[in-house]
Amino acid sequence: MTEGLAKPVEQLSQVIVRFAGDSGDGMQLTGTQFTSETALLGNDISTFPDFPAEIRAPAGSLPGVSGFQVHFADFDILTPGDAPNVLVAMNPAALKTNIKDLPKGGTLIVNSDAFNDRNLQKAGYAANPLEDGSLDEYQLHSVPLTTLTVGALKGIEGVTPREAERSKNMFALGLMSWLYGRSIEPTIEFLESKFAKRPEIAAANVKALQAGYAFGETTETFAVTYEVKPAKLQPGTYRNITGNQALSLGLVAASKLAKLPLFLGAYPITPASAILEELAGYKHFGVRTFQAEDEIAAAGAAVGASFGGSLGVTTSAGPGVVLKAETVGLAIMLELPLVICDIQRAGPATGMPTKPEQGDLLMVLFGRNSESPVPVVAARSPSDCFDAAIEACRIALKYRTPVYLLSDAYLANGSEPWLLPSVDSLPDISTTFVTKPNDGESFLPYLRDEQTLARPWALPGTPGLEHRIGGLEKADRTGNVSYDPDNHDLMTRLRAQKVAGIVADIPELEVDDPSGDARILVLGWGGTYGPIAAACRRVRSDGRAVAHAHLRHLNPFPRNTGDVLRRYDRVLVPEMNLGQLLKLVRAEFLVDAVGYNRVRGLPLRAAEVAEAIHALAAQ
Amino acid sequence: MTLTAKDFRTDQEVRWCPGCGDYAILAAMQSFMPELGIERENTVFISGIGCAARFPYYMNTYGMHSIHGRAPAIATGLATTRPDLSVWVVTGDGDALSIGGNHLIHALRRNVNLKILLFNNRIYGLTKGQYSPTSELGKVTKSTPMGSLDWPFNPLSLAIGAEATFVARAIDTDKAGTSEVLRAAAQHRGSAFVEIFQNCPIFNDDAFAFVRDDKEGVNRIPLRDGEPITWGAGGEKALRQRSDGSIEVCSADEDGVLVHDASHEGAALAFALSRVTQDSLGGTPVGVFRNVERPVYDDLMAEQLATATAKRGEGDLDALLHSGETWTIA
Repeated sequence: MTEGLAKPVEQLSQVIVRFAGDSGDGMQLTGTQFTSETALLGNDISTFPDFPAEIRAPAGSLPGVSGFQVHFADFDILTPGDAPNVLVAMNPAALKTNIKDLPKGGTLIVNSDAFNDRNLQKAGYAANPLEDGSLDEYQLHSVPLTTLTVGALKGIEGVTPREAERSKNMFALGLMSWLYGRSIEPTIEFLESKFAKRPEIAAANVKALQAGYAFGETTETFAVTYEVKPAKLQPGTYRNITGNQALSLGLVAASKLAKLPLFLGAYPITPASAILEELAGYKHFGVRTFQAEDEIAAAGAAVGASFGGSLGVTTSAGPGVVLKAETVGLAIMLELPLVICDIQRAGPATGMPTKPEQGDLLMVLFGRNSESPVPVVAARSPSDCFDAAIEACRIALKYRTPVYLLSDAYLANGSEPWLLPSVDSLPDISTTFVTKPNDGESFLPYLRDEQTLARPWALPGTPGLEHRIGGLEKADRTGNVSYDPDNHDLMTRLRAQKVAGIVADIPELEVDDPSGDARILVLGWGGTYGPIAAACRRVRSDGRAVAHAHLRHLNPFPRNTGDVLRRYDRVLVPEMNLGQLLKLVRAEFLVDAVGYNRVRGLPLRAAEVAEAIHALAAQ
Repeated sequence: MTLTAKDFRTDQEVRWCPGCGDYAILAAMQSFMPELGIERENTVFISGIGCAARFPYYMNTYGMHSIHGRAPAIATGLATTRPDLSVWVVTGDGDALSIGGNHLIHALRRNVNLKILLFNNRIYGLTKGQYSPTSELGKVTKSTPMGSLDWPFNPLSLAIGAEATFVARAIDTDKAGTSEVLRAAAQHRGSAFVEIFQNCPIFNDDAFAFVRDDKEGVNRIPLRDGEPITWGAGGEKALRQRSDGSIEVCSADEDGVLVHDASHEGAALAFALSRVTQDSLGGTPVGVFRNVERPVYDDLMAEQLATATAKRGEGDLDALLHSGETWTIA
């Protein structure tokens, strides 16, 4: 199909496309398929879906707009991009909510059929922007997508006019695929398998896709086509993956590596539900998923499973994690492994369920009664959720402790190519159960390992090791209930020492400072890795040295953290919250760090972080 | 080696108040456990918070004293992953019906293989005497000086409404009756719910005096499967079902005396029996109200795992990582 009318091909290094339309327009599917086509071409990619919490907000309304941004390039990229070069707007509302992000001169493709009086009115346009000259500064391509799609599908039997019209997203995808030289074959295969039970719908979608592609070739609207060459990525096998998928696979891998069955207790909540759904499909891996009656039961069942020798995990987002706090306290007291995944979203309360934030750091560190230390691990990119999940499980099992794993809505739904690890390269995180008395004839459930301070894990079913554990304070070694003042002081300190001691078992904080003469350090954690790293590249290309360090472990901090921070004149801490890590490093290391804080329910933009670095340097 | 009650005692000093009904239940449990023929190591007691919740500390089996109201949830995780264990939940009226009400009803409807023993004393004991969800309306306590405003739960009606497959009632001091009910509960595959009337001598003494001290059997209505439901000093009173499904008292020699059938498919009869109380009809049924078979949650889950493994083979991690669309860069 790429033969025929040859149009000039322009080389580009990178492109950022945003598909925007009504929630019912299929923009997420369009974006995902465009991403698949692009990944198979060998470009580096990064995606960011941005959609409302409402499943179907009123058609044509501003709150109902759903978007999907994909950034692809011939080099390694770090973020889905601050602003699109190309905006595909399926209706006036999509145009209205997204046009402010498109730089002047950017490419704008709109479905002109949707710009009728009713839709214009719903979007709050007094005049039709396609006709009043207000879009003159953009390269506007006004395409009657609906009419062209319906026309192309005439004659396919069994397809209603409504169904024909609904295929217009595939027409748009065909057009975009042509424009950027992507093969539509993978999408054809996808459609045929997705609609295998309704061949006429598959045929309609494939036809629309092909028609869109052919339209690009023949129309005079588009004079050139673009090419983005494959990126020079590390050799190996890749797949495109979202953070929630990677996290799910990480948990399955951890279960295999630990040789323990995985038990997931979860209650549906955005943006964590996809993990429950994904893991429910891995029963042949011995994975048990339990959709509990509430968040508390989800955590409780995971503790119960852990008591019985499973790898107990519970997944949620902030409003659910806060309900699990008491159970986490119990796991601290019992000293049983438990992994709590918090896929952070904008809050407080219900907040903005589909939008990312980093607002839960202080909650997971301190949101419990009394002295209750918990290790915290944070993922920094969609594919990194895999490694972060294994690391969280490793610590939980080795130290018999609950561990928080932090991700966020941006990592959860965003995607990037993932260089698949070989299974042999993954760490052995297997653990041992005690099977014999450990003190002469008797068993002491709280006799600790001298090095890790972890207690023995004796499973029900083991003869001779019958014992009772509980939430009441316990006597050292025996685990019997104890109200002795000195014992409580000792046990409190032991629990704290155990978690603090993990510092010897985690890597040092690495600093990225290519020139070696940076005077400013940017310190980040979790999902801001991409924007911060991209910002540092920009600052360096502007001729200014800057160092970047990114924390995976938030409790305990790596042992060299204080040294790293004190090595620089200024420390900038960008976060999607009002300064939570900032507060910690100031308190812990007495460093006069400054924050850069945005809580817009969107990932930080590389440009704004770069600006903040320059501004700090200028002070 | 044959186990005895002594083998089920721990070295921990039992710390309930003198005269507490929990002592009798503990003793009954310890002497009944050897009969079950389940090894100590395969038995687990899980409790929440409250006086009753100390129970696991006194049973020489595996045990966990957890958090308020959450024992059924924790036990669900254990029972679901370890079908080889006999898992018992010990709870109280506040723990099970107030703070943990949600977990109780969901464990029962799922039919998880758990034995749930609710020690009902109709008062909050450990927090020193506030009214509970089973306290009678108008109960004067420290938190209700003018009387409580809450209509109480009937625990058995609640359990039957929550789709429980085994529902029974016992009395703390009635060792033989309690053992009999516990034995039936232990033999039931699935969730078993047993309400045990338990006296709190400190904050709600004699709440169940009408049946605990009922030497003549004038108030207890024994439920025996396949037998007519009669009671009274000379067995002269009986229960009979009206055409609207409700139950009335009649004379034992009248026609239509109800013959007890705990395994009756429908829950209506058991529910009607649960409404027979000392207040409503001047008698209190004791024994197994309902005992029916239904697929067990843990078995169903294990079956799904087996089916998936048979169909797709045991999961291969490398294949899983490489699933979906992949591409290779040389």
